[in-house]
Amino acid sequence: MSDRVTVAKTYKLYIGGAFPRSESGRSYPVTDSKGAFLANAAQGSRKDARDAVTAARKAFGGWSGATAYNRGQVLYRVAEVLEGRREQFVTEVAASEGVPVKKAQSLVDTAIDRWVWYAGWTDKVAAVLGSANPVAGPYFSFSTPEPTGVVAVLAPQQSSLLGLVSVIAPVIASGNTAVVVTSQDRPLPAITLSEVLATSDVPGGVVNIITGRTAEIAPWLASHADVNALDLTGAPEPLRAELERSAAGTVKRVLRTKVGEDFAVTPDLSRIRAYLETKTVWHPMGV
Amino acid sequence: MWEYAPAPESRDIANLKPAYRMFVDGQFVEGSGEPLKTINPGTEEVLAEVSTASKSDVDTAVKAARRAYDRVWSKMPGSERAKYIYRIARQIQERGRELAVLESLDNGKPIKESRDVDVPTAAAHFFYHAGWADKLGYAGYGPDPKPLGVAGQVIPWNFPLLMAAWKIAPALACGNTVVLKPAETTPLTALVLADIIAQCDLPPGVVNIIPGAGDIGAALVEHDGVDKVAFTGSTEVGKTIQRQLAGTNKKLTLELGGKAANVVFDDAPLDQAVEGIVNGIFFNQGHVCCAGSRLLVQESIADELLEKLHARVSTLRVGDPLDKNTDVGAINSREQLARITELTESGEAEGAQRWTSSCPLPDKGFYFAPTVFSGVSQAMRIAREEIFGPVLSVLTFRTPDEAVAKANNTPYGLSAGVWTEKGSRILWMAQRMRAGVVWSNTFNRFDPTAPFGGYQESGFGREGGRTGLEAYLDV
Amino acid sequence: MAAPTTLPSALADAVRDESSLRRFLHGLPGVDQVGVEQRAAGLGTRSIKKAAKLHAIDLAISMVDLTTLEGADTPGKVRGLAAKARRPDPDRPDVPKVAAVCVYPDMVKTAADELRGTGIGVASVATAFPSGRSTMDVKLADTRFAVEQGASEVDMVIDRGAFLSGRYGQVFEEIVEVKRACGDAHLKVILETGELVTYDNVRRASWLALLAGGDFIKTSTGKVQPAATLPVTHVMLQAVRDWKTQTGELRGVKPAGGIRSTKDAIKYLVAVHEVAGPEWLDPHLFRFGASTLLNDLLMQRRTQLDGHYSGPDYVTVD
Repeated sequence: MSDRVTVAKTYKLYIGGAFPRSESGRSYPVTDSKGAFLANAAQGSRKDARDAVTAARKAFGGWSGATAYNRGQVLYRVAEVLEGRREQFVTEVAASEGVPVKKAQSLVDTAIDRWVWYAGWTDKVAAVLGSANPVAGPYFSFSTPEPTGVVAVLAPQQSSLLGLVSVIAPVIASGNTAVVVTSQDRPLPAITLSEVLATSDVPGGVVNIITGRTAEIAPWLASHADVNALDLTGAPEPLRAELERSAAGTVKRVLRTKVGEDFAVTPDLSRIRAYLETKTVWHPMGV
Repeated sequence: MWEYAPAPESRDIANLKPAYRMFVDGQFVEGSGEPLKTINPGTEEVLAEVSTASKSDVDTAVKAARRAYDRVWSKMPGSERAKYIYRIARQIQERGRELAVLESLDNGKPIKESRDVDVPTAAAHFFYHAGWADKLGYAGYGPDPKPLGVAGQVIPWNFPLLMAAWKIAPALACGNTVVLKPAETTPLTALVLADIIAQCDLPPGVVNIIPGAGDIGAALVEHDGVDKVAFTGSTEVGKTIQRQLAGTNKKLTLELGGKAANVVFDDAPLDQAVEGIVNGIFFNQGHVCCAGSRLLVQESIADELLEKLHARVSTLRVGDPLDKNTDVGAINSREQLARITELTESGEAEGAQRWTSSCPLPDKGFYFAPTVFSGVSQAMRIAREEIFGPVLSVLTFRTPDEAVAKANNTPYGLSAGVWTEKGSRILWMAQRMRAGVVWSNTFNRFDPTAPFGGYQESGFGREGGRTGLEAYLDV
Repeated sequence: MAAPTTLPSALADAVRDESSLRRFLHGLPGVDQVGVEQRAAGLGTRSIKKAAKLHAIDLAISMVDLTTLEGADTPGKVRGLAAKARRPDPDRPDVPKVAAVCVYPDMVKTAADELRGTGIGVASVATAFPSGRSTMDVKLADTRFAVEQGASEVDMVIDRGAFLSGRYGQVFEEIVEVKRACGDAHLKVILETGELVTYDNVRRASWLALLAGGDFIKTSTGKVQPAATLPVTHVMLQAVRDWKTQTGELRGVKPAGGIRSTKDAIKYLVAVHEVAGPEWLDPHLFRFGASTLLNDLLMQRRTQLDGHYSGPDYVTVD
């Protein structure tokens, strides 16, 4: 029996709904947990990060202005498409993380369910976190949560798919757009996820995915004046304080997660809250 | 002509003492810092000598707060904490007149504002938050949200008592203990609040108040024993604090500067819009982070509105902060007066048209006549930088989209105003303006039940309402 | 529709026909209730002391339209009122006399006889006061009778029913006709703001009355609650202020009903001073329609001058 030669995938970046190579022309080899070569991934640069921020900003108006119902359906659609490519993800997660297939299946299933969980939140966040304010005067005052804007996400280094989904979904559920730097050594599920996003009604630019060296790209995102928030989850430990100092330059919202976050458990609202602004509106009541 | 006779509130009511001491671990004690002399900006006279904290005093205060947290406050049932906080609210009401006069003496704000806004709102903040202390499980942060520990709080000079209330009330309600540093130029009402807290028998160390300059604020927020930092003040200092706290586990909330747009459409209730504009920029001498300092007026009514505005601003009475008829009091400090003067000069140099009220100003004290710049463009410093004074910049727009674009064209995002009789346009504008507070057909309204705080470089975290509790809970 | 005076072109257009008038009145800027009430309350905290207070008291006395509008009125009652108008405080000849005495048409002659040569005006309500519910002929006859009897000022009521159902032209024409019937007598147009309910209506009615030639706009008949309020007066003061900006003409405002204390009167004067402007601090441009207010002003005046509190037995009751 003669083995058919498989068609290998070229893993590229995902920016503004397109799949470009890094503008730097660089790539880096990705191996499985045992060191065997899996693929070359694009090694994103600061200019790729810049382009991703531009794309995310451009997409922000439309995505934040979309109805919560619409966003919910889009997120649910991601779960649907992901479910359809379950086996592919199981293979990639198993290879990337070096876990048994059974474990990989559980991780992928939880990742799919995570999308469903967050999909359901899109049209509930405002009711749960907003308020009618009983002010002491003849005014109608209400407070409503709004997305903060462009969120730079340093995805977890270990949990290549479930962790990734767990940090992206809460960002976009409430209407933010994201620039994600993937796990440096386990980027392949992220690239495959971007193919899922591209084919599941998520508008281009809402999620932008960059593979490469976290330590190289993160400082440019932390200091970028058009980024509103920074998730340090996957930041290399020695770099965290410096990234945070850099983020202070434009008073970014910084999510410092507790080390060793267990992505398998159902989350609470803290990741959603982290990227929300509360807007309070007042209006007089009179005739 | 009918001239209003002077109607000064008696300064005796302030019970001014020659010297004030810091409040640490339930005691009024001398700080080991260099004592400061706090002055009346309305007259430039020295009001009192105030002992200040040194870095070792910061350490003492934080340790006292830690002890109080560990031994008493964190173990006390919320229902008991609530009663202490209610007591504070009541005592502020009972001593309201004293606090108001003292605030006007120390800060320079008109007595009618300290009397009708600062003091009653401060009492309301304690009253509101007191009720939360035993109901935190209903606040949406889980069944039993925990406090953070010791809160280090640094507040500005523009609303000395009110900012202390905004900081202390939610911290205590959530079960934290507090070390608060009032502003260097306005320490007095915070120390009277300390006296109230002492009279309310709060356990020693639950609230500590340590006057001092910026270095003491820095020492406080950097202290290892502090779990939570809350700062209200300039964006510049806010950034410094955020940098200082990088890499720590301290929770941070910042309420910083602003350059709010107050947008007036051609169908606005014009006379009330004029009032709102005046209130927006001349309330508290414009020393308000959420001041409506950029007036965006639709071109078709710009001339008419400006004429009405000039006429109205001309009636503002500038002078003795203790006079009950004073509308605009004293600028808080010589430094701030210099900054306002410098920025207005830049406005003229950059080609904006300056109009200044011809109201008489007192010979002594720090005063600045209400000023309106027209013909301002977004590129001018007076349209971009926070002046923090009674100076309004007027710009025009033609369409709602242009209004939104100009309103949002700033790194700040604290507040915004919109004036139109068209309801759907109000909601459209309110949705698009990037600001933590949007006042429509009103301006500068505050209430403890309504979350307040900024977008972008105006800071993060909210104060007030259910949302504001998050800043003081480990969630 | 015929405008009573020559108006600037923008305003002349407003009264060209019924639909222009409607467009004009509905094109006026809205009034936000909360905003205007807050401003009125804020200005109401002005503290007027010492010389400023004494000045205000004398000014207020000189602005009083001393009023009796009762079914029980008699010539005797009116003569007493006229005596009070001439010498409000018999012990203190330096007290200014009031602006006018305000009575029903059948009492005008009595009042006019008593006040001849004093410079005190005789104001008569007319036009089927207070409801205004009669025919135009009756209203005009009422007006002519009052003027013939010697009224120097006529306080007419508008047809609130017509106004509320949007028949602005009809209200306008009535004012124009009554103004004509007044001859040389000054016309005060009572809007009865308590029945107009909204501040938007008060603003529209104010402009309507000014366009039709009313010399004064007056809040109320005193027979409907609420009568004069500070925020309503603010809105009317804004109207005469803006009228002056557009035409150069000075028109007056008269709050009436419910102003009983010196403290209240001073709040109104502060509003006149700061909303319309110091020019309006003049009995030709601002009046108080009141009856009991005068005695409180007199008591407070004594308190100011004597340095101790006065009592009701030291002022005269007629």
